[in-house]
Amino acid sequence: MDRVRDLASKRAAVIFTKSSCCMCHSIKALFYELGASPAVHELDQDAKGREMECALRALGCNPTVPAVFIGGRYVGSAKDVISLHVDGSLKQKLIDAKAIWF
Amino acid sequence: MADVSPRTDTSTDADTEDKNLRFQNALSHGTIASDGSDKSRDQKTLRRLAQNREAARKSRLRKKVYVQQLESSRMKLTQLEQELQRARQQGIFISSSGEQAQSMGGNGALAFDVEYARWLEEHNRRVNELRGAVNSHAGDGELRIIVDGILAHYDDIFRIKGDAAKADVFHILSGMWKTPAERCFLWLGGFRSSELLKLLINQLEPLTEQQLMSINNLQQSSQQAEDALSQGMEALQQSLAETLAASLGPSTSTANVGNYMGQMAMAMGKLGTLEGFIRQADNLRQQTLQRMHSILTTRQSARALLAINDYFSRLRALSSLWLARPRE
Repeated sequence: MDRVRDLASKRAAVIFTKSSCCMCHSIKALFYELGASPAVHELDQDAKGREMECALRALGCNPTVPAVFIGGRYVGSAKDVISLHVDGSLKQKLIDAKAIWF
Repeated sequence: MADVSPRTDTSTDADTEDKNLRFQNALSHGTIASDGSDKSRDQKTLRRLAQNREAARKSRLRKKVYVQQLESSRMKLTQLEQELQRARQQGIFISSSGEQAQSMGGNGALAFDVEYARWLEEHNRRVNELRGAVNSHAGDGELRIIVDGILAHYDDIFRIKGDAAKADVFHILSGMWKTPAERCFLWLGGFRSSELLKLLINQLEPLTEQQLMSINNLQQSSQQAEDALSQGMEALQQSLAETLAASLGPSTSTANVGNYMGQMAMAMGKLGTLEGFIRQADNLRQQTLQRMHSILTTRQSARALLAINDYFSRLRALSSLWLARPRE
C-alpha cells in the first residue's frame, strides 16, 4: 500500500496497469488525448507487483487494473474514469491537479 | 368390387360381417333361392364368398398401412419431444402452447434476441405514450414521469446486454440481434453516443448558450471515450494476432507443443477481456444518455428521446425495405 501511495503522489496523474491489459491501453489513450502525461506503472513488471495489486483491490478497484490516481487521490477503475469523463469532472480534476492546463 | 361405403374402413370384421349378415338376411327373406338351381346358386354363393374374402383382404391391407403410419408418427413425436427437452435445458426460449414461458435459461443467443425484442416493444410503447403526451401539450410534470420511465427502461436493456455478454460476447458483438441497417453503424455491440448527439443538436433548438456548450462538450467527451475504447480493441486484436503467430513453429518438437498450449491459454485470456470492452461501451452509452438528460429541460429531453426513436425507426424501416427488395 505504501508503494502505491508513494508512486501515486509522485505525479499529478498516475495509472497502474499490466502489460497484457488492453483496457489499460484504452485509459492511457484517453489521458494522452486529453493532453495529460500520466506516470504508468506496470504491476507485472514490478517486483512488488503482487502486493500492490492487493492494495489496489483493498481500495475497491475491480478489476484491479487500470487503477487511476489524480493529485495523489484514488479516482477509480476504467468504469469510473469513463463516467467522470462523460460528466466533465475528469478534465476538471486534471486541471485542479495541474496535470493539464485547459 | 367398388367400395361405395362412406366410412373409411379400418376394420375388416365389420365389413365382412356386414356382408355376411346381408347374405344371411337375403337367404332368410328368400330373396335368394336357398335351394333349386344348385349350380347357379353355388356359383353365385362362391362368387360372393370370393368377393368377401377379397374385400376382407383389402381391408386388412389398409389397416396395416394405417397402423404403420401411426407407428412412424409416434416415433417422430418422441424424437421431437426429446429435442424440445434438450433445447429447454440449454435455456433456449420455447413458448409452450399459447402460454408465455416464464423464465429464460439466461443463456443462449436466441434467449437474448427474444428479450431484446420484448424490450424494444415496450420501449416503442413508452415512446408512443410520450409522443401522445407531447402532441396533446401535456404539462412538464406528466412529461417528466414518462421521460424518467423511458430512461430507467434503458437501464434494463443495458443490464440484459451485460448478462448476455457474459454468456455469449460474440453474439452481442456481432449485432445479429439488430436489423441490417443498424448493423452498418455498429460499434462495440451498440450505437455510438457521439453520433446520436450530433443528430440531436439540430433537433433540440432552441438551446441556451450554456446548454449548447455542455452538449458540445458531451459530444466531444463521448467521442474521445469511444476513440480510447476503439484503440484498446485494436491493441487487443494486435495482441491476439501476435499470440497466435507466436505459436507457429517450423517443427512439432515437444517444446513447440508446450508453447502451443501456453499460447492458446494466453489467447483464451485475451478473448475473455472482450466482455469488459462491451461493458465499458454500454457504460458510456448509459452515462451519455443520463448526462444529456441532466443538461436538457424536461421538454427538450422529451423531444430528444422522440428524435432518437424516429431515427432508429427509420433505420429499422430501411432494413425491412432492404430485406424485401426485388432481386434479379
